[in-house]
Amino acid sequence: MAKMTMVQALNLALKQEMEKDDRVIVLGEDVGQDGGVFRVTEGLVDQFGEQRVLDTPLAEAGIVGMSIGMAAFGLRPVCEIQFSGFSYQAFHQTENHAARLRWRSQGRFSVPMVLRMPYSGGVRALEHHSESREVYYAHTPGLKMVIPSGPRNARALLVSAIRDPDPVVFYESKALYRAFREEVPEEEETFPIGKSQIVREGSDITLVSYGSMMRPTLEAAEILKEKETVDAEVVDLLTLSPLDDSLFTESVRKTGRAVIIHEAPRSYGPGAEIVSKLVDKSFYYLEAPIGRVTGFDVVIPLFSRESHYIPNAQRIVRAARNVLKTAA
Amino acid sequence: MPRSKIDLPYHIDFLSILDAEGNLDESLEPDIPEETLSRIYAAMLLGRRFDERLLNLQRQGRIGTFPPITGQEASQVGAVAVLRDSDWMVPSFRETAAEIWRGRTLESVIVANNGFNEGAQVPEDSHNLPVSIPVGSQMLHAVGIGFGIRYRKKDDVVMTFFGDGATSQGDFHEALNFAGVFQTPVIFVCQNNQWAISLPRKKQTRSQTLAQKALAYGLPGIQVDGNDVLAVYAAAAEAVERARKGEGSTLIECVTYRMSVHTTADDPKRYRTDEEVEDWRKRDPLTRLQKYLTRKKLLSDEKIAATETDIKEKIQAAVDRAEQQMKEFGAPSDMFKHAYAEMPPFLIEQKEFLERELAEKREE
Repeated sequence: MAKMTMVQALNLALKQEMEKDDRVIVLGEDVGQDGGVFRVTEGLVDQFGEQRVLDTPLAEAGIVGMSIGMAAFGLRPVCEIQFSGFSYQAFHQTENHAARLRWRSQGRFSVPMVLRMPYSGGVRALEHHSESREVYYAHTPGLKMVIPSGPRNARALLVSAIRDPDPVVFYESKALYRAFREEVPEEEETFPIGKSQIVREGSDITLVSYGSMMRPTLEAAEILKEKETVDAEVVDLLTLSPLDDSLFTESVRKTGRAVIIHEAPRSYGPGAEIVSKLVDKSFYYLEAPIGRVTGFDVVIPLFSRESHYIPNAQRIVRAARNVLKTAA
Repeated sequence: MPRSKIDLPYHIDFLSILDAEGNLDESLEPDIPEETLSRIYAAMLLGRRFDERLLNLQRQGRIGTFPPITGQEASQVGAVAVLRDSDWMVPSFRETAAEIWRGRTLESVIVANNGFNEGAQVPEDSHNLPVSIPVGSQMLHAVGIGFGIRYRKKDDVVMTFFGDGATSQGDFHEALNFAGVFQTPVIFVCQNNQWAISLPRKKQTRSQTLAQKALAYGLPGIQVDGNDVLAVYAAAAEAVERARKGEGSTLIECVTYRMSVHTTADDPKRYRTDEEVEDWRKRDPLTRLQKYLTRKKLLSDEKIAATETDIKEKIQAAVDRAEQQMKEFGAPSDMFKHAYAEMPPFLIEQKEFLERELAEKREE
């Protein structure tokens, strides 16, 4: 076991899958010699050569469109979009073709590709470099949408995404890339796509979170424990589509209370879908209105003000207190 | 420090071998086996007659909207005739004659145009992608497939089709650029049929030719008389030969004309004159091929009549089969098939909902 950052863990996943399967091809802007702007693909071109690690021209639709053809041919492209804010230039390829070719050809062709892209704020970046728009992809039939929350699950999920027979949009939080290290086993580890995880057990309130929001969520859970002797149960969604609603609906049946946390804007956000699932499956167990702590419905401000936009532990604690205040 | 002309590796040729009157430039005549020539003629005629029948079915309300190909038979059949089965085809949506040449069944075209997904089903061993409707978006897939071919060290090629309108899309330029950079074996066949619904070719781009757009990406481009099947065949054969040798991609602009509507939902009288259409009718690709083949003694009035009868029967049999198939297709809940390799829980729930609703309806 080695202690790794998320960047190193993702790199390990790519390296090992490329060693194991010569169908795996990495492509994108600056992913070769430069090792990617966040260094996730560092060293891969030296080990696997320019036929498997492609520095592409600067064109997102080109990268995704070419990957679709590679996947239809029988390869396993893992393409990197430098920032999720630039993925919209490839959105028509992702939505019209990656997500639909299996359906359109009635199963003859499939698109087993991974679209890796950094998302989230918190790294003092320029406009277009700090966004959270997972809903665009989670809303699109035919795609899978995965968002890891730390080095170990990032590695395991990326391996699963590469092996998945369908297109997977893989959001990597920039704020988590080098935020902390975790033990990541050298030997193979996967984590099933479409499964959530209870990362902290508790009986008083359920916090549903994922990706960049997991750290402030866990911090909030600790504060609630220390200051209010409240035991929060924390669910890490890990996959947004297909959404695993089994754990959080079950958890709320136990706690009767829930707060949902995401960095994406509130309206039509993942929280709305989760609330709807809770209403469908845990309605009679709810003891209070469901809380949402989310980004605001504006473009994330430039970095001098972004800390006021991005949900933090204090905001989550306040929301939890409100939900807890409501008498049964 | 002079100001001098930069020598570009490519220039743009225009190729015409068999003109509208049926005159042949023997020095350019491609060496096409007689049997292939006969097949090309039959495929072009089938494309024309099938179009007529589809239009008929559409007017009777027996199928939905479809995009006719009449006038573009030579651009399509001439190009795919140089391919072998293991090569790939990445079509847009107006290549029915080419698709049929590549093995698509007539009944699948009818079924698809009558709103059943089953019509786009591609056979397991087929190297033909299904139609792609968003204009210009499919050429990049051809480049990806081309990369795969090179990566696996095969000598297959990919042929992708698109129209004049597609050349204004960013993806067209990205595809040519990627094809140049990665040296992929892709033949880009532009069917310049002069009209992108109501927008004439001259308003699509100020470029003198569409073929010249290849030059900017370091690729050879050629403009051919797209109603001259010999010219299309010759240009495609040349491009395929280069691609097989690992020399990369080519852009072929076939100058042709969409004789009919954009789709059956379109009324061309709103934007173009009858005179223009009549003028192009004189350059019909089938008429001149008939003259050529008759001169070569490959075609006679009897042979033409026999081919017509054969095609008529083929089409009728396909219509019958399609109508039978449409009666036998599965339940509406088949819409959930092929969304993912494995049906996720939320789709199972939704499928069960629809099935319950259908069962309740039956009881009512």
